[in-house]
Formats: sequence, C-alpha cells, structure tokens
Amino acid sequence: MAEVPVPGWVNPLYDPDDLRLPRIAGPCALVFFGVSGDLSRKKLLPAVYDLANRGLLPPGFGLVGVARRDYTDAQFAELVRQDVQAHARTPFREESWKQLVTGIRFVWGDFDDSSTFDRLHAALDKLDNEQGTGGNHAFYLSVPPSMFEVVVDQLESHEMVDQAKGWKRVVIEKPFGHDLASAKELYRVVSKAFPPESVFRIDHYLGKETVQNLLALRFANQMFEPVWNNNYVSHVQITMAEDIGIGGRAGYYDGIGAARDVIQNHLLQLMALTAMEEPNSFEARQLRIEKQKVLAAASIPADLDRYTARGQYVAGWQGGMQVPGFLEEKGIPSDSRTETYAAIRVDIGTRRWAGVPFYLRSAKRMPRRVTEIALMFKRAPHLPFDNTETRELGTNALVLRIQPDEGISMHFGAKVPATGMEIRQVTMDFAYAASFTESSPEAYERLILDVLLGDPPLFPQQEEVELSWELLDPVLERWAESGAPEPYPSGTWGPSSAADMLARDGFTWRRP
Amino acid sequence: MIIELTDTNAPAVAARALSARRSTGVASGLVMTLIVMSSTQQYSQAFDAAQATAAEHPSRILMVLTSKSPKTAMDAEIRIGEGVPGDMITLRLSGDLVDHADSVVLPLLLPDLPAVAWWPGRGPELPSQDPVGALARLRITDATNSDDPVGTLIARARGPHSAADTDLSWTRLTRWRALIASALDQCGRPVSSATVEAAEENAPAALLASWLDARLGVPVGIVTSMGPGITAVRLQTECGEVAIRRVSKTDSEYIVPDQPVRTAALARRTRVELLSEELRRLGPDAIFEQALDKLAERAS
Repeated sequence: MAEVPVPGWVNPLYDPDDLRLPRIAGPCALVFFGVSGDLSRKKLLPAVYDLANRGLLPPGFGLVGVARRDYTDAQFAELVRQDVQAHARTPFREESWKQLVTGIRFVWGDFDDSSTFDRLHAALDKLDNEQGTGGNHAFYLSVPPSMFEVVVDQLESHEMVDQAKGWKRVVIEKPFGHDLASAKELYRVVSKAFPPESVFRIDHYLGKETVQNLLALRFANQMFEPVWNNNYVSHVQITMAEDIGIGGRAGYYDGIGAARDVIQNHLLQLMALTAMEEPNSFEARQLRIEKQKVLAAASIPADLDRYTARGQYVAGWQGGMQVPGFLEEKGIPSDSRTETYAAIRVDIGTRRWAGVPFYLRSAKRMPRRVTEIALMFKRAPHLPFDNTETRELGTNALVLRIQPDEGISMHFGAKVPATGMEIRQVTMDFAYAASFTESSPEAYERLILDVLLGDPPLFPQQEEVELSWELLDPVLERWAESGAPEPYPSGTWGPSSAADMLARDGFTWRRP
Repeated sequence: MIIELTDTNAPAVAARALSARRSTGVASGLVMTLIVMSSTQQYSQAFDAAQATAAEHPSRILMVLTSKSPKTAMDAEIRIGEGVPGDMITLRLSGDLVDHADSVVLPLLLPDLPAVAWWPGRGPELPSQDPVGALARLRITDATNSDDPVGTLIARARGPHSAADTDLSWTRLTRWRALIASALDQCGRPVSSATVEAAEENAPAALLASWLDARLGVPVGIVTSMGPGITAVRLQTECGEVAIRRVSKTDSEYIVPDQPVRTAALARRTRVELLSEELRRLGPDAIFEQALDKLAERAS
C-alpha cells in the first residue's frame, strides 16, 4: 500500500519550468477487457509498450488482460510481445520490455461469469502486493457497448470500484450510444460505478495531438484570428472520407451508418473546435465549456430533405480494384438502409458564424482517405482585373489536414509569370511530418497516459455527447422515414443529392 | 545531391543550396539551423551524429571545420536529399578565416528560424563569448569531453552564462531526474538529506547533486563509487530511503519505502539521443541554470 503524501506537500523536484522532466504516471494497473480483439492487439497493447519505452510508465505497473481464452500469464505476455514487435511505433528495447513484462497478467473467463471477476480481483490484489500498484486501477472496456453494463455491474458487485483505496477509472470507446436515449442510458450504467471525472471517453479518430495542433494554430497565432469569422469566411467544409468499405465490421456497422459512426462524435467535435471562441485557458474544463457553447448554438436547417444527404455505395472500381457494393458485403442484409455516406449542413447561431454554413460529410469507399477542415473564403469584394484574367482564380481557402499527412495548406491566387495579367490558384503547404519528423505519440498513447495520470481528458464528456445527439437525432429520424439512401458508385465522391445540397447554397464540395 | 565548391564564399554557397533545393523538389519545412563546430578529427563522427539528428529535426546543418592550413580560403560541400530531410553544408575554413567563422555562418542561417550551435568536442571555455556561439539561440557543449569535466562546468558556471547555454552532461541526467522525482512522489515526504553515488570526478553527478541541492535545500553529498557514471541517487525521508540504483547497463532498481523494489529501464543514451532531446526543446532551461549556479556555489 502506497504511503499517502503529507497534506500540502509538493514535490520540490518538479518545477513548471522544467520542461525536460516527463510526467511519469504513478504505480497502477491497467485492465483490458476484450484484450484478444483486433483493436487491443494492434493499437492498445503496442501503445502501452510505447509509453513504457518513452519512459512514461511507472516502474510499478500492471497490465491485465481479460478475455475468453485460456492463456497463462507467460503465454499472454508472449502474445503481447508479438503484438508489440509487430505494431509498436518505437523500436523494441529489451530493457523497456523487461520493465513491462514483470507486471503482465492474464485472467480468463466470460464477462457474465462471476468467477471471472473473483479471479480478476485476486490478480489485482496480488499485483498491488508484488508491483506496488496501490489499488490504482484503470479498466479499459474494449468490448461492445452491450457488454458495458455487464462488466460495470460485475466490477461493482465484486467491490472493485471503491475509490477509497487508490483511484479507479474507466475508459470507454466511441460510439457513445446510438441516439440521445441510448447515450443517456450508457451514461447511467457507467456512472453507477464511476464518478464523471473517472470516466474517460476516447474517440480514436481525434487524438489529443490533433486537438492541440488545432488549438495552437488558432490561438497561438495572430494572423488567422482576424479572418476566422463571417466577415471573411463564406462557408466551412469538414470532410472525413475513407477509401475502404466496411470490411469485417458488418455486425457493427449495419444499422449504425456514417452519421452515427463519424459525424456524431468526430466531425461535430472538429466543428466545435473550429468554431468555438477562445477558451480562457487550455484547462480541459474551459475548453469543454467553449465547445458546449458552440454545440448548443448549432442547429440543422428545418428542411432536412434539402440540407442533408445520404448515400450507400454500390459495386464499382475503387482505386484500381473492383469492389462490391454495400448490400453485397458479407453480413449486410440485402435490404439494409444503412447509409455509408452522410452529409449535413449545420448553422451556428453566434455573432462570429451567423450566415456561414458548416457542411459536414463522412463516407466510405471514397476515392481517397482524407480528413480535412476547409475554411472557404469569400471572394474579394472588388477585383480590379478583367474576368478573363481571374477566370482561373479559385476560392481562397485555408485547409487543415487532419489525416493523412497532418498539416495546413493555404490556397490563393498568384500571377502567372508572363507579360499578361493572368491569375491562377496556387497552394502553400505546411506538413507537421516535414517539420517535425520525431514520431508524435499516437492517439491511444496520449489517452492511456491521460488515464493513468488522471489528467482531465480533452475528450468529450457526457454533456457534449448529448448535445451532439440532440442535433443529430431529428436527422436520423427523418432518414429512417424516407426510404433507402441514394446509391453512389464506389470510388466516387458520393451521391448527386449531396452535390445538390451545396449547389442550393451556391457552393460546391471541394475535391480534397 | 552533393555539390562541391572550392575556394568559395557564403553567398555562392547560399545560392547553390537554394537552386539544389528547387531542383530536387524537396518542400521546405526546415525548422532550424544547426551549426556544428568541429575539428577535422571529430568530423566524421560529428557528421554522422548530426545527420542522424536531422532525421528527427529537419534542419540546415552547417558543419564548420577549421584547418591549420595558412592560406585563407573556404571550401564547401552541399548535400541535399541523400536521405536527410534537410540540407547539410560542410564549410572548411583555413587561414585568417578561421577566426571569422561567424561571417560565413551568419548569411547561411535560415531566416527567422532558431539557430543552435553544438560543439562535439571540447568546445570553447565560454560558449556565449564565442563569435559563432553568439549567433545561436541555444549553445550545446559537452563538458565530459574536456580533460577536467567538473572543472570545466564550474568555470562555465562562474563565467558569463545564460539559460541559452546547455551541456550534454545535464541532458544525460533527464531519466535519472525523472525516476527520482516520480519515486519521491510515491513517498510524499520531505527529504532530509541526499546522496549521489558516482565514479570519481563525474560531471553529471556534480550537476545532479547541485540540482538536488538547489531543489531540496538539504545537504547533498557525493560518494565515489566504481561507476561507470552515476550508480545511485538516494534521498532520506522520515519514512525511509527513496532511491534509484543502477544495477546493470540498462536497468535500475526503483526503491520506495513500504513498496516492493521494482526494476526501471535506465539505459545510457547515445549522443544522437541526447542531441535530439536538446533540439526538441529549444527554449531556455532555467532549471539547468539554477543547477549550474548551485554548482559554482558548492565549489567555492
């Protein structure tokens, strides 16, 4: 059992000016439910190793896998080692592994079997003794949302959520429900056992690094803020396109669709970060307040048929490969109405953004994989040129690339070198990877570290989740009433209804 | 692309570097200029280290070499591409030019971006007084290369120095400091005294002791051990000893009262890793400044 620090004692070895010293999490154990899943093996376990390798994990650290497999601790450790060697971002170092492996444990069993949790309890007690993890336990629920209640109830009934003996935290993955009611239900389940500050929601699309990059761009610079409003911006396009289909995720995706899967969490978060006012500080709470204000001010035009669009990919050629349509995918019923393309217009009723529509679209089987936020500027009020001189001048745009190749590009007009006056669109580009090639920590690494440090995460809390659902629920209801989504060929930029939706406002979708 | 220029000058080097950059189509994205002040003997090692560092921090690297040849002249070699994200320019100075390296370096610094000077060898006694050092925002030396490492640090501590000066003997301590700070967190008690165990005349140990002294304000002793380098750091508290003890080349024991002894990774880091840490944070290091001042105080 760790000593409780003397009240008021501050570690004199730390100093806010000492930027070299990393914050190492205190001794603790991280329990992964569903550790044999793809996500755990490709992302979570390697992320834990990367943290260890960067020297950010405490020497007393326990890693407990729980799954319906019959492994010994040693067998499990060996599997972890293989996953780490295959997927970790930092090189494999024996000494880092050695530090990690002493705390690796495995607990087998079903989640609805009480004895599984007896074994888990015993394993954690033993870790507390051997590794000095001091009752600090984080539970990562890498399981389907339908299992959350089972696991949380078991943890509670086995007295494993008592915050008096060390902290207890829980991590859940998106989706956070499938509508407002289910999001509230999910919250009820989790909050039975964990107070709000102990619940960490992760949207792995939106790493903390990305959020902080966006905040740095907007608020560390003076040159962007003056144009970041409806005086200069005509509209904003936020795109998340995936080049893949649903792959093996039919069971999850059918009935969920692009809007629930991506717009509700990821795109609305990106929108909030783009549109929010400057927070008073970068404290997580301040940031959340600003995001909530924007989400509360957001609305979707009442005529949903005109200002939303949805589609479903059909067979076609995508990037040189012949691919099946959504309805032909394995595990998808032939009459599924799940959308694989979703676009909505969001208006934000604030002084800064009134009259600037935000267009959000998310889709699968697009020509390429890209996530971008594009601020499209108004045309200069007066152009002292002939029409022919500026006919190649496109729209001024500031594009924030989220992935791949995270960076910023600016699109503007420049004169073509020649005696004539001809203006053409050019691009100025900044890529994080070109200027900072050090491997930035992966989204999961940052999140897991936040969980272990108890840092309030930048990830949404319940109120934001609910606000997002409030926005989206009417759209989903309307879509449910209106038949099948419009088909679009795989490998194209989506259905014509989406193009029409922008054309009504006098805009066109960018080709990202 | 490698371009050799003999008997040249800074404007010619700058012009050729620019045109080479355009023709290779490499996007600019360089974040700093790294000036490496090296002697002929250290050149190849320093070159490799700088090149490896550049992989992490795309930069313009100016390798400044001085030769004893009496003729005043400069030869240059420009490398662009060649597996490095930035460009590497080697400048060989001889004759009177040796004393005016700053006149060559200044026109070749990237506009507005920070410049860092690194001496892979002994380095000048007072880096901030060095003409090239004065051009840099961060000056990196390595006292352990000198004949009397601790003496060198003390001399620098007593001379004019600022938060822009840093030394790799300090960088080597980061992991030690991180471990002992987190171990003290576990115990959460005031410290009454501290000890650093290290090989004789070890510069990092002297700095570690000074840092502990400055931060904790308690007696900090240095005990000579068999080494290599620092072998342990121990803090005495009312509930017992908090310690980090090196047990092998790559591992240490993490000792906190009433907790099981655990192993923590503590590998000695390569020069490239140390340099990369320095370049990752270009800002002034007030904590090192504090430790250095304390070192001067302890020495008197």
